[in-house]
Amino acid sequence: MAVFEVEIRVMPRATLLDPQGQAVQHALAALGFGGVEGVRVGKALHLTVQAPDGATAEREARAMCERLLANPVTEDFAVTVGVAP
Amino acid sequence: MTRVAVVQFAGTNCEVDTLRAAERAGADAYYVWHRDTDLQGADAVILPGGFAYGDYLRAGAIARFSPIMSAVIAHAEAGGAVLGICNGFQVLCEAGLLPGALMRNAGLRFVARPVRVRIEQTGTPFTAAYEEGNIVTIPVAHGEGRYVAPASILQDLEDDHRVVMRYVDVNPNGSLHDIAGITNAAHNVVGMMPHPERAADPAIGATDGAAVFASIVACIGIPGGGSP
Repeated sequence: MAVFEVEIRVMPRATLLDPQGQAVQHALAALGFGGVEGVRVGKALHLTVQAPDGATAEREARAMCERLLANPVTEDFAVTVGVAP
Repeated sequence: MTRVAVVQFAGTNCEVDTLRAAERAGADAYYVWHRDTDLQGADAVILPGGFAYGDYLRAGAIARFSPIMSAVIAHAEAGGAVLGICNGFQVLCEAGLLPGALMRNAGLRFVARPVRVRIEQTGTPFTAAYEEGNIVTIPVAHGEGRYVAPASILQDLEDDHRVVMRYVDVNPNGSLHDIAGITNAAHNVVGMMPHPERAADPAIGATDGAAVFASIVACIGIPGGGSP
């Protein structure tokens, strides 16, 4: 078994209204960052996972996303697996 | 007597009003704890409002895996009546008993105010005591009540008349199609964002929600009678 650092990024689906992202964009514009054309706010989860290999860690992380960590109706997710330092 | 189980999750906060509203309608109402696994012979189950598990991750996402939810899902799949109010609606969507999801209000603000809704489907155990087209005033209190679903699901909900109630005048949260409540294909599971238990007692000057609880008693376990 090895230890892997798994990073999961969960983002609101691009086709859905993201009022948080819009509010952040307006705030950035008010601060003078007028070049920002779009903001979406999601969340990141960092997991430390024991698994025989990276492929298994990734498969498990995807199963976690499908069952709990992301809502398939409203969110998309991305999984990145790295070796723990 | 109609037996109504009111589920308490850690973080539920509307269970007392809900229990009393059910009792006032003549039901034998009682609490079941989220760690319980038995609904104790419930005719109807209500998932009340609140912030189960602090709404961590997503509203309803963790509550959906509570031990009691296996019994609630089995009850629903056997045709038993299940109502989710506000946070309870979010739990039912997360559990897959109702389609779609409830997202952050379009205006980003928590909205707590009376709203007017039109009752559009009376063929459920929770709306049978209304008349179709009734416009009633019931409070909402939520930060995540914007109903969303893929276009094909919305079309199915409209075609099958499964939108149970819809906001009129003001849509407080940006819900698609002004949806305030929906039902499943079998019409035994209903989710609604407004809080009928907060408008079910003449003492507080609002009674438009009382018919939700009267519907349960009228539809199920009529005293001296059998279940339909």
